[in-house]
Amino acid sequence: MTINESQDEIIEEFELFDDWADKYEYIIDLGKKLKGLSEEQKTEDNIIKGCQSRVWLNARKEDESLIFEADSEAIIVKGLVNMLIRVLSGHTPHDIAKADLYFMDKIGMSQHLAQTRSNGLASMVKQMKNYAIAYSLKN
Amino acid sequence: MQLTETLDIQAIRADFPILNQEINGRKLVYFDNAATTQKPTSVIETITHYYNFDNANIHRGIHTLAERATRDFEASREAIRDFLGASSIEEIIFTSGTTQGINLVASTFGRKFIKEGDEIIISGMEHHSNIVPWQMLCEENGIKLKVIPVTDLGELDMEAYQNLLSEKVKLVSVNHVSNSLGTINPVKEIIDLAHSFGAKVLIDGAQATSHLNIDVQALDADFYVFSAHKLYGPTGIGVLYGRKDILNAMPPYMGGGEMIKDVTFEKTTYNELPYKFEAGTPNIADVVALKTALEYIAFHGKENIAAHEDMLLKYATEQLSEIEGLRIIGQAKEKISVVSFVIDGIHHQDIGVLLDNQGVAVRTGHHCTQPLMQRFNILGTSRASFAVYNTVEEIDRLVAGLHKVKKMLL
Repeated sequence: MTINESQDEIIEEFELFDDWADKYEYIIDLGKKLKGLSEEQKTEDNIIKGCQSRVWLNARKEDESLIFEADSEAIIVKGLVNMLIRVLSGHTPHDIAKADLYFMDKIGMSQHLAQTRSNGLASMVKQMKNYAIAYSLKN
Repeated sequence: MQLTETLDIQAIRADFPILNQEINGRKLVYFDNAATTQKPTSVIETITHYYNFDNANIHRGIHTLAERATRDFEASREAIRDFLGASSIEEIIFTSGTTQGINLVASTFGRKFIKEGDEIIISGMEHHSNIVPWQMLCEENGIKLKVIPVTDLGELDMEAYQNLLSEKVKLVSVNHVSNSLGTINPVKEIIDLAHSFGAKVLIDGAQATSHLNIDVQALDADFYVFSAHKLYGPTGIGVLYGRKDILNAMPPYMGGGEMIKDVTFEKTTYNELPYKFEAGTPNIADVVALKTALEYIAFHGKENIAAHEDMLLKYATEQLSEIEGLRIIGQAKEKISVVSFVIDGIHHQDIGVLLDNQGVAVRTGHHCTQPLMQRFNILGTSRASFAVYNTVEEIDRLVAGLHKVKKMLL
C-alpha cells in the first residue's frame, strides 16, 4: 500500500464517525494499541520535547525501507502517532521525504499539529522527514 | 447550592462579548483566567475610541491630540497609584508586563546593589519569570540563589524562610499568589522578616491584583509588579511599583527618548521619575484602557468579586474532590479561585483536549513552574481558574466533562 493509499484508508475510516467522541475514542483505542517503546528505548537521544507532553521516536533502516517506532505519555498523541507510523513506516526514505501528509487535515485533527499544542507531534513529523532525508542522502 | 449574591453575574457576562460563543458546538466555558482574563466591552471601546479620536504621541506635543493622549495616559498612572495605594505617581512605572518589571529590577537594582557573595531568596512556587532573571543575575555576578521550600499543602515553609535569611540576603522576590496552586502567600510577614535583615523585597502580583486588595504602603513592599491582562485589561502593558528612594538610586533600564533630560555627545542627564524608566513611545492605548479595567473592577467592588470567586472556589473544590482518582494539587488554607488537579492514570494533555471538545477551556501543563511540578513529583496539572463572570453551572459542565474524559480514557 502506498503512503497515499494508507492516508485515504484512514480518511474513509473516519467518515464512519458522526461525533467528536466516537472519533476520539477511536484515536484513544489506537493509542492503547500502539506497542510503544520500552523504558530503555526512551533515551535522551530520541526524545522530542513538547511543552505539554513528550514523544520518543526511533528510526531504523530495513532493506530499502525506513521503519519507525514511537511512543508518547499522552494517549491521544499516541493514537495520532500510531496513524503516522501506519502511513509512513515501511516506505523508502525517498517516498517518506516527499510525502504530503493531508490525512490529518481531512480527519479534522490538524489542530494537533499546530504550534499551540506544543505536544511534540509536529516536531515528530519533522523528525520523521529529517530521518528520511538523511537516509536518502546516504544512498 | 444556596447563593447570596450581590452581583448580577448574568449582567456581568453580557459585558464580555467573547463569552457569548460556541466552541465545538457547546457554549464556551472559559476557565483559563489565571493565564489571561477576558475583556469587558468598556475596555475594548476605550481602545477603539483612543485610536478613533485621541491618538497622538504623548508628552512634549503642543497640539490638542497630544494633550488629550497625554492627559489620559497620565490619568491612568494616577488611577494605578490609587489602585496600589502608592504615595506618588513617581513610583508607578509602565512596563510591558510582569516579566519586564522583574527583569527591569534585576538589571538595574540587581546589577548595582547585589554583589558577589550576596544572596537572593525566591520561593519554590515561582513562575519561571521570577526565577530566570535572578538566575541570570546570579551567574553574572557570583550571587547565591536560595529557595524557600513548599509544603505538601502548597504553602511556603515560613520556618525554613526564616532560616534562609541573613545579612547576606539583599533581595527577596516572591509571588503574592501562586499561579499554579492559587496559594495566597503571607507577603506582609515575608516583607517584615526580610526588612529586619536589611533585604529589599519584590512582590510578583501577577495573580493577586484581580482578586485581592493591594496596599503597597501597608505591605511596605519595595517593588510590586503586575500585568494588566490578568485583571480584565489589555495585553502588552504592566506596572512596576517601586519605592521612590530606591527607584531614584537605581540606574536607568533602557536608553532612548523620554528617559533623558539633556543629551550631548559628552554626557546625558536622565529624566525624573517615573520617566527615567520609560524610554521610547509607550503602549499608550493600552495604558489608557487599563484605567477603564480598574474602573470596571471598582464599579462592581473587589470585595464582591472576591466573594463570588470564593464561592466558586469552594463549590469547585467540593465537586472536583468527589471525582474518584482526582487529586487537587495545592490545598493551602488561603487560596484564590484556582483549582489545579491531576487524575490518576490520565495525562493532563488528554484532559485538556477532551475538555476543549466539550467547549471547556482549562490550562494544562507545568504552568511555567517546572520546579514546583518537580516538588510534587508530577509532570503537570490541569488548572481551572475562575473570574467574576464564571458560574456554578459552568463548574457543573467541567465536572460532567471530566466524568466523560474518565469514561473515554480509563
